[in-house]
Order: sequence, then C-alpha cells, then structure tokens
Amino acid sequence: MSENKYKDSFATPLKKAKGLGSAHDGSHHWMMQKVTAIIITPLIVWLIWSIIGLQGASYDEFRFWLAQPANAVLMIILIFSVLYHAVLGLQVVTEDYISSEWFKIMNIIGQKIFIMTLGILCIFSILKIAFTVGV
Amino acid sequence: MSDTTNKVQRPLSPHLQIYNLPLTAIMSISHRITGVSLTLGMLIVAAFLIAAGSSEAHYNLVMIVASSKIGLIILFLWSFALYFHMFNGIRHMFWDAGRFLEKDQAMRTNYVVLMFAVVATIVTWLFGCPYISEIISEVK
Ligand code: HEM
Repeated sequence: MSENKYKDSFATPLKKAKGLGSAHDGSHHWMMQKVTAIIITPLIVWLIWSIIGLQGASYDEFRFWLAQPANAVLMIILIFSVLYHAVLGLQVVTEDYISSEWFKIMNIIGQKIFIMTLGILCIFSILKIAFTVGV
Repeated sequence: MSDTTNKVQRPLSPHLQIYNLPLTAIMSISHRITGVSLTLGMLIVAAFLIAAGSSEAHYNLVMIVASSKIGLIILFLWSFALYFHMFNGIRHMFWDAGRFLEKDQAMRTNYVVLMFAVVATIVTWLFGCPYISEIISEVK
C-alpha cells in the first residue's frame, strides 16, 4: 500500500478519503476481457484444427495455406483479439501482485509495448505472405 | 488509502499455505496460471508466422523445433492449458450472468470443466499426434 500523501495536507476530508479516486475504466476493461474471450473461443478451435492439418507442412505449403484470404483474415482477427485479451489479463495479474507503484506501472507499460510489437510483427508477416504468395 | 504500517506486532491469522485448498480454489488459481502461460504460448504461433514471413531457413528451424519430442510435449501442455482456460473461461461468463454460483454447483461444474478439458485434449491428440499410431500399436 502506498503512503497517503494527503494525510497531513490541507485537502478536504473527502479528498483525503478518495485519494486519486477511480480510473473510471474498470468496467470497460472487464467487459473487453469477456468480449475478446467470446471472439477467440471459436477462433481457438479453428486454430487447433488448422495446426493439426499443418503438421510438418513445408515452407511453401504453409505460406500457400496462410495466403488463402479466409485463413489470412481469420489469423489476423485471432492475433489481434488474443493479444488484446492477454494484455488486459496480464494487467490485472500485475496489479494484483506487484505493490510497488512505479514497478507495477513499468511492468504494465513493458507488457503493452512487448505485446503490441509482437502483434504488429505477426500481422505484418501475415499480410506480406497474403499479398506476395500466388494463391 | 489508509496508512497500513504495522506499529504493533500482533499475531497473524493463518495464511494461504496453512489451508488445504479446495478444488474450486485450485481451479481459480489455475485459470490465472494458464492465462499467463498461454500468453507465452502465443510466442509459438508468432514464431511460425514471423518465420514464414521471413525466410525458408527460419521457417524450417521453427518447424523442426516444434516437431521434436520436446516441442510436442510443450504443444501437448499448451493444448491442455488452452482447453482448461477456455472451458473455465466459459464457466466464468456463466458466473458473470449469475448462473451456477451456489457452492454445490461450483463444485459440480469443476468436474464438468475438467472433463471437457481432458476429453478435448485427448481428441485433439488422437487426430494430431504424429506418433499416435506407433503408440497405439505398442500398447496392443
Ligand atoms: C491463447 C489464448 C488466451 C490467452 C493468452 C489468455 C490469457 C488470459 C489472461 C492472462 C487472463 C487473466 C487471468 C486473471 O486475471 O487471473 C485471462 C482471463 C480470462 N480469460 Fe483468457 N486467455 C486466452 C484464451 C481464452 C479463451 C479461449 C477464453 C474463452 C472463454 C478465455 C476466457 C477468459 C476469461 C473469461 C477471463 C477472465 C477471468 C476473470 O474474470 O477472472 N481466455 N486470459
């Protein structure tokens, strides 16, 4: 728990009790966790099904598969929604377990940068394959 | 937030490690552990996509690692974690809608989630394991 910096100040009793107050973002966070969960459930089934079909696929076979418009689009939606779901989830876990304020914030920012970079790399690769491999 | 610094050393009440965790509690923390592990698991999918967009040599390397015995064991654990998290996540959303919240229902749905996760994993690997025919003929 952080020290109450309003304790000995001239702040009103209400301000002392509320501190910085709510971020007003909690229910949206929670809702998006569920919305992304609902979106990824069928996509995960599709992903596992696809992985089974792609066992031992050669480079060309894999790229041909990914270049099919339906596969490319589904894969982009999957990457985006899973990583969004993961960012939201990891943030909650971090907030629960790390009490040092600055370390917590650095962690969450680090996670977001890492996952966003990963997502951009994945989606760029998918598009590159989709637009360059002859279908 | 209030000042929580302890000035008097009072005796503490028993904490987590003292209790024999009920199944519901184990399922709860497992949802969290699988959530974090699955985030790492996405690195496997990302590795395939990025390698396939990069070069044939990179792609072949990823495929060789993923198809090795250790790779398959990781994929097996990944699939179980995924199914567990997915079915437990569906239960989470039933809870959010106000269903199955009684203690006995929570206990019974524990087993439903576990059963679905185990069956889905087995079915997946019956279709998906490259060694499955060898394993089955060895068992026979
Ligand atoms: C690879 C895919 C997935 C990843 C990386 C992932 C990751 C995570 C993480 C890190 C959390 C936070 C855990 C916590 O707060 O304790 C979480 C929570 C959650 N996940 Fe997933 N998840 C995935 C797939 C799914 C799927 C398919 C569902 C489908 C139902 C789902 C449903 C949920 C729900 C409902 C929560 C919120 C639980 C709560 O409110 O405490 N997840 N996920």
